[in-house]
Amino acid sequence: MKRLFVLLFSLLTLTASAKAPAEGEVFQPGEMITHHIADDYIWEFAEGAVLYLPVILVDNGELKVFSSGNFYDEFHERQPYNGYAMEHGHIVRVDEAGEPVEDHAALYDFSITKNVASMFISVALLLIIFFVIAGRYKNNPKSAPSGIQSFFEPIIIFIRDEIAKANIGPKYERYMPYLLTVFFFIWFNNLLGLMPGGANLTGNIAVTLVLALITLLITVFSGNKSYWKHIFATPGVPTWLAPIMIPVELIGILTKPFSLMVRLFANITAGHIIILSLFSLIFIFRSVAVGPLSVAFATFMNFLELFVALLQAYIFTLLSAMYFGGAVEEHDHAEDHH
Amino acid sequence: MELVTPGIGLLFWQTVTFLIVLFLLGKFAWKPIMNALHERESSIENALSAAEKAKLEMQALKADNEKLLAEARMERDKILQEATEAGNSIVETAKQKANEEGTRMIANAREAIENEKRAAITEVKNMAATLSLEIAEQILRRELSDKSAQQTLAQDYIREVTLN
Repeated sequence: MKRLFVLLFSLLTLTASAKAPAEGEVFQPGEMITHHIADDYIWEFAEGAVLYLPVILVDNGELKVFSSGNFYDEFHERQPYNGYAMEHGHIVRVDEAGEPVEDHAALYDFSITKNVASMFISVALLLIIFFVIAGRYKNNPKSAPSGIQSFFEPIIIFIRDEIAKANIGPKYERYMPYLLTVFFFIWFNNLLGLMPGGANLTGNIAVTLVLALITLLITVFSGNKSYWKHIFATPGVPTWLAPIMIPVELIGILTKPFSLMVRLFANITAGHIIILSLFSLIFIFRSVAVGPLSVAFATFMNFLELFVALLQAYIFTLLSAMYFGGAVEEHDHAEDHH
Repeated sequence: MELVTPGIGLLFWQTVTFLIVLFLLGKFAWKPIMNALHERESSIENALSAAEKAKLEMQALKADNEKLLAEARMERDKILQEATEAGNSIVETAKQKANEEGTRMIANAREAIENEKRAAITEVKNMAATLSLEIAEQILRRELSDKSAQQTLAQDYIREVTLN
């Protein structure tokens, strides 16, 4: 395991496979970084090693599937294809001359992008690992855990006891599947995103938005009478304040998942930006001497990112559990809310 | 801002994939894992409580044994005491019996002696009577010859008799 990590870190020097600027061009770190943390229709592991992912478009209700390789000619230069072209990481309609048209109506892009492909890989990993573990548990339920099982068991028990039981209370069991899934999904994808050529999946607002929305929905639908009473008739607050209190509480319902969404997205994206910026220093100063320094800092940042990857998964799970706990909590009297 | 605009494609894939994963893991991984953990924990707890119970039982058994031992000791003591008492009483009875026997024998002896005495006396009396008769006979025989001699004779006889 340790050796594997060391190997990965040694490979991390390859992550910044920034193209050397051509003659007369000035290196643009901003562009490079944006390109790295943004989604893409191709998966570029290194210079020349490119995986062309499928493009799936719904154009006016018509499904179109083709390889994103069609957007590149043999010199890896962009070209329009079939009335579409890639512009700034998006697919747009083009006219006969290959110029983008302004009409974007009813063009929906469901492509298997780099992020989606990365997610599929992480999901496959999740399923394989936890099915194997579940099988172990099924085959010898009474024996002590071994191997991979003993690595994940303390984590599962920690999520159950310290996160779910502590924050939700006696009804915790209903929420265990979601909490466990969300924890491992975020953690795995954070780690995969740190790998060389990995996608910035959990640093993508769409992904965190979906996760936060699911937390919001579960919270709202498991809210009991006292939860709603707290929102529409907060105990201990005079009635004439209701016109202020109710909107504030309603906004509060949304701000909680919103904070989840932004926190995860910003943390992961920021981590990627920092590491990439450190590598960019080499090209900004145009000096090999900066290299070791950059690599040293980037390595340190990577360790920090490994920690952040786990921390963010933990925070997301913990806060989700706290929101569920607030929704199912039984208030005996007004004084016991914190 | 490009960075904070969620794309519809990723939204769709993320939602679909995550829900499928949630379902699959929930049904085929988390459920058995949680059940197994729960089962193992409860089995460990049961084992511990069983051990505790066994310990208590052992203690109870030990206490029982102690009690039994104590009872046995007491029983033994009692038996010993009873035996001693019985022995004593046997000795006592034997003594009593011996005493009684002695007393009886003495009484018998006395009676026998008494009887013998009586018999002796009767015999003496008989003898006296016989002697008297003999003397009287002698006297009567000698009466014809000598009166004084008769008297001396009678006196002699009588002396003899009393001396005897």
